[in-house]
Amino acid sequence: MTGSSQRSTECKISFNVNGHATSLQIHAMERLLDVLRHELGLTGTKEGCGEGECGSCSVLMDGLLVNSCLIPALQANGASIVTIEGLTADSSAKGLQQAFLKCGAAQCGICTPGMILAAFHLLSKKPQPSVDEIREGLAGNLCRCTGYMQIVEAVAEVARSGAAR
Amino acid sequence: MKNSNIVGASVPRLEGRDKISGQARYVDDMKLPEMLYGATVRSRIARGTVRKINFGSEINWEEFVIVGPADIPGRNCIALIDDDQPCLADGVVNHPEEPLLLLAHPDRHLLAKAVEAITVEYDSLPAIFNIQESETLAQVIWGVDNTFKTYLIEKGDVDAVWERADYVVEGEYTTGAQEQLYIENNGMVAQFDAEKGVTVWGSLQCPYYIHKALMKLCGLPADKVRVVQMETGGAFGGKEEYPSMIAAHAVLLAIKSGKPVKIIYDRMEDMTATTKRHPSRTRHRTAVSKSGKILGGEIEFTIDGGAYKTLSPVVLSRGAIHAGGAYYWPNVRIRAKAVATNMPPHGAFRGFGAPQSLFALERHMDRIAEAVGISALEIRRQNFLKTGQTTTTEQVVHEEIDLDKLLDRALKLSDYHAKKEKFAADNQQNGGKKGIGIAAFLHGAGFTGSGERFLGSEVGVEVRADGGVRVLVSSTEFGQGTKTVLCQIVAETLGLRYEDVEIAQPDTQEVPNSGPTVASRTVMVVGKLVQSAAIGIRDTLKASGKIADSYSAEEFRAACQAYVEKNGTFRSIAKYEQPEDVIWDEEKYRGSAYAAFAWAVYVAEVTVDPVTYSASVDDFVALQEVGKVLHPTLAKGQIIGGVVQGIGFALYEKVIWENGRMQNGQMTNYIIPTSADLRSIRVHFEELGNVHGAYGAKGIGELPMDGPAPAVVNAIADALGIPFDSVPLLPEDIFDALGDGTAREDVFSSPREPGGR
Amino acid sequence: MRAQPAEYELVAPGSLPAVLALLAAAPGRWLPIAGGTDVMVQYSAGKLPARKLVSIWNLPELRRIENLADEIQIGAGCTYTDLRECEVINREFGLLSAAAGWTGGIANQNRGTIGGNIVNGSPAADSLPALLVYEAELLLVSVKGERRVHYSSFHTDYRKTQLAPDELIRAICVKKRFSEYYAHARKVGARNAQAISKICLAALGRIAKGVVEDIRLAMGSVATVPLRLSATESVLKGKRIDRALLRLARAAAAAEVRPIDDIRSTARYRAGVTGNLVAEFLERLSAGGTKSE
Repeated sequence: MTGSSQRSTECKISFNVNGHATSLQIHAMERLLDVLRHELGLTGTKEGCGEGECGSCSVLMDGLLVNSCLIPALQANGASIVTIEGLTADSSAKGLQQAFLKCGAAQCGICTPGMILAAFHLLSKKPQPSVDEIREGLAGNLCRCTGYMQIVEAVAEVARSGAAR
Repeated sequence: MKNSNIVGASVPRLEGRDKISGQARYVDDMKLPEMLYGATVRSRIARGTVRKINFGSEINWEEFVIVGPADIPGRNCIALIDDDQPCLADGVVNHPEEPLLLLAHPDRHLLAKAVEAITVEYDSLPAIFNIQESETLAQVIWGVDNTFKTYLIEKGDVDAVWERADYVVEGEYTTGAQEQLYIENNGMVAQFDAEKGVTVWGSLQCPYYIHKALMKLCGLPADKVRVVQMETGGAFGGKEEYPSMIAAHAVLLAIKSGKPVKIIYDRMEDMTATTKRHPSRTRHRTAVSKSGKILGGEIEFTIDGGAYKTLSPVVLSRGAIHAGGAYYWPNVRIRAKAVATNMPPHGAFRGFGAPQSLFALERHMDRIAEAVGISALEIRRQNFLKTGQTTTTEQVVHEEIDLDKLLDRALKLSDYHAKKEKFAADNQQNGGKKGIGIAAFLHGAGFTGSGERFLGSEVGVEVRADGGVRVLVSSTEFGQGTKTVLCQIVAETLGLRYEDVEIAQPDTQEVPNSGPTVASRTVMVVGKLVQSAAIGIRDTLKASGKIADSYSAEEFRAACQAYVEKNGTFRSIAKYEQPEDVIWDEEKYRGSAYAAFAWAVYVAEVTVDPVTYSASVDDFVALQEVGKVLHPTLAKGQIIGGVVQGIGFALYEKVIWENGRMQNGQMTNYIIPTSADLRSIRVHFEELGNVHGAYGAKGIGELPMDGPAPAVVNAIADALGIPFDSVPLLPEDIFDALGDGTAREDVFSSPREPGGR
Repeated sequence: MRAQPAEYELVAPGSLPAVLALLAAAPGRWLPIAGGTDVMVQYSAGKLPARKLVSIWNLPELRRIENLADEIQIGAGCTYTDLRECEVINREFGLLSAAAGWTGGIANQNRGTIGGNIVNGSPAADSLPALLVYEAELLLVSVKGERRVHYSSFHTDYRKTQLAPDELIRAICVKKRFSEYYAHARKVGARNAQAISKICLAALGRIAKGVVEDIRLAMGSVATVPLRLSATESVLKGKRIDRALLRLARAAAAAEVRPIDDIRSTARYRAGVTGNLVAEFLERLSAGGTKSE
């Protein structure tokens, strides 16, 4: 992973976002969250805390759940990023999204994109998680509205039916 | 033929698709051409005067828009109940983080650096930081005696009860500040146009509060101020009044720069500078008979309002009125007081005074029970309000509420008796101490007393050209389901499909003032108005012969289309009228305080860990009577969400203050529960109906905030045999209360030698 | 976000030799950043003093786990998730995989590294007590070569380590001799997940006929560095576990730790709970713990 620089703090990064190859000239220490929201206009990923606690900024990077507020742009060079927009566009989380709607798992919606990413990631690693495993898998995503029960219910329902997609 | 099964069914959340796909647009998702970013320079001291403001030379200030108090076109205040809170402190500082100056710049990154480059020299004054300090009057920081407001509620003759009391039970209970911690930080975008005036878009609960505040700040007439609500990521009261401040700031920068300005707080700024739940102190002195009947009592309820009046009188009012809870007090004196301190003003947070006074009361009931030598259940049964009796404000309970039966059902659902017995036995052994506790309470929905009448809320329902209808309210959606439920009501009322009803984005240019989205009033009060407005549409169509008495949804839509084709659009307005049986005396503070009360019994089961002294909630039963459940999934979601916030209030959420400034203003240090912290929360409803609410509904948004803290603390007291009278109750507090090592070991001692099996 | 990206230089040379060359050319000038779960928090708060950073994220030389005959070598760039998913760590070094599971949420576990946890040097770090009781050794690498140091002396003071300005940790070495020990770890945090520890204990013990043959206790958040409770251990070694010993253990442990009052907890709570944690371990050890928990 190398970066060439014009001015010493800038670099060119090439990465894949939601299936699209993308290149940007950007400050190396720009947060991935800001790259997504400001440079690429993908505002579905949210900032709740800026300290990696709330999980609202969760995306998938090379298949792994990460907090994009803690990733400098340069470290995303060469990576494959999936955001809520990507999951929606290719319907890969359709079952999960339906379950969220049905179970009341989204109230104000601000934690929802991150929560769906986290649930999707959990189910991709463990298609049949127990309730405790669901709770643990989502413990890095804070929600203030729902009290979590209906979110856990939604994920459990998807796990039962085996229909994340 | 009317459609049924819309109200009462869990129809899809109206804006749900957008929320689960990342398409919902919150204020920080907005971008306008040439938009600048704004930031606030804030006081570092709690009290004093500003001697000098220095602008560091490392910044090129020419690039910045700088706004100070002199730039305010109208009045330098954030208009609310009083006008004492400045928009920008003008030489005098009364709390840490008080706004002094505003900056704007196209580069949002540079702003933080610029804020740091401004240094302020102060002449500090002695400051006060809690209720006790405020009461000593060693420093008078507001008015003549640091008192924003007092209330006196008197019923019967309390002075006469003491001599015939078999027991006199006293207690003092305190609650700490609590941060709303909506996951979306506060933010506003503002634009100014010499012709059109001022427009703001933001994360907010009350568009018309902001509208009123901006009119005064800018000296502009109503039609030159426009406020639009964006999708709002949680609020819980934390975006009731504070957004007016941010809107004012963004507007001032927009006016001065001639460009749109966006202000988005980061988490630390939001936590340290904006409102929190009022800290409280409640003192009870109760005269009780041998059998446990309350003969009378004195209640002193005091809240810390912070540096300016803001909404403290209203929080005080609700807290005072709820201080007697769900019990019959034949004689009572409630003295309520809101005092000033040099803290950022405290403000609205779900429950709004009631969680504070009900915590005290429900703890006190357990204390009374112990003094009298009866159970926590029996003390409540002896005193529950019954139909026909009056509350502390002498409001007659007309409905057929049976709190005894409600308690019975809660006990059954929670398996209370078996568990209590089992825990008492198990607690003799090794290991964690288990306890079970209850809280029985009520919550009045809608504005207090004459509040709804003063609000004079107005709603509209409009027919669309395509045959559908559109709801026009200033009531906002921020997760609780406003949009969904109001559309359900209209669809049900008109016999339309749920999909035929839409709701306008709250925009003061488009929608009438249906009042603020607070006080658990939206479904009950606004819902009923929306229902009336819808009926107005139906009646108009009937009167014009477009529909018969009985019609199908298709016929209705066709009728709307025809009507619009012929007459242009039609808007039916409904305006609030105080029901005749809801009479309130504002002077004596007596009468029908609320159009409806919801009633609840909550049961908490806890384990206190013998190693860490952490209390965890293993099971929680939330049973409430709510009039009518209009949307089961949403209603359940409201209760669970409120219960978890209440558990946070009890066990996790502590604001750490130093010289009036919050020290733990980060999500890593201000602790709310994660999904891994909660096990089982079981929600059940009863429905008695409500003549004053749409389809019989009562407000439920705040109810679940009142019960968890006392239920949990009662359970911990049950587990350990020690009373606790303060929240938050942290493991460190339990540790300290257990005393020295020997005493601690006695509570947790294991009778067997280690090594055995 | 309170930092200006334009003021920070971040480079990613892409290989360990290239990174080491950079560090050697200007020792102390370049702050290594791996997963960023500590550095980026400081950065966003506007509290990162460094202005030049070098990325060591995902360097293959740092991110492998070598399972040798008598020890394992865990690359410093291994993430907590890597640790949790490693079979030999789960089997033989359960205290480490437990600690990895305590840290943050899944997203932070996917990025935070054990090397970062060590070098960040916070006494609250979750993995460090485990490394103390396993008597880990660190392989430190620079352009000058490699050296092996005892982890027990690596932390010299609050957030200060023996790491030279041109060095990186290449790997953490733990000897495979603890499978017969009873292992126990417990973290005390403000909530069940995503909590910085108030205190935590990692413990290993071996008993025979109710008598303590060997015991190792290490704690986090009770001193300026992660602390091995050697004095308490010597009080316990060779003794029979009974009620009297538990009392002794509590008192010794509470006296050995040097906790403070801070934003998360109080010194007296930490001291008291220290005693409880040690007593709890001894009770479990004596109740028949003969293998890892």
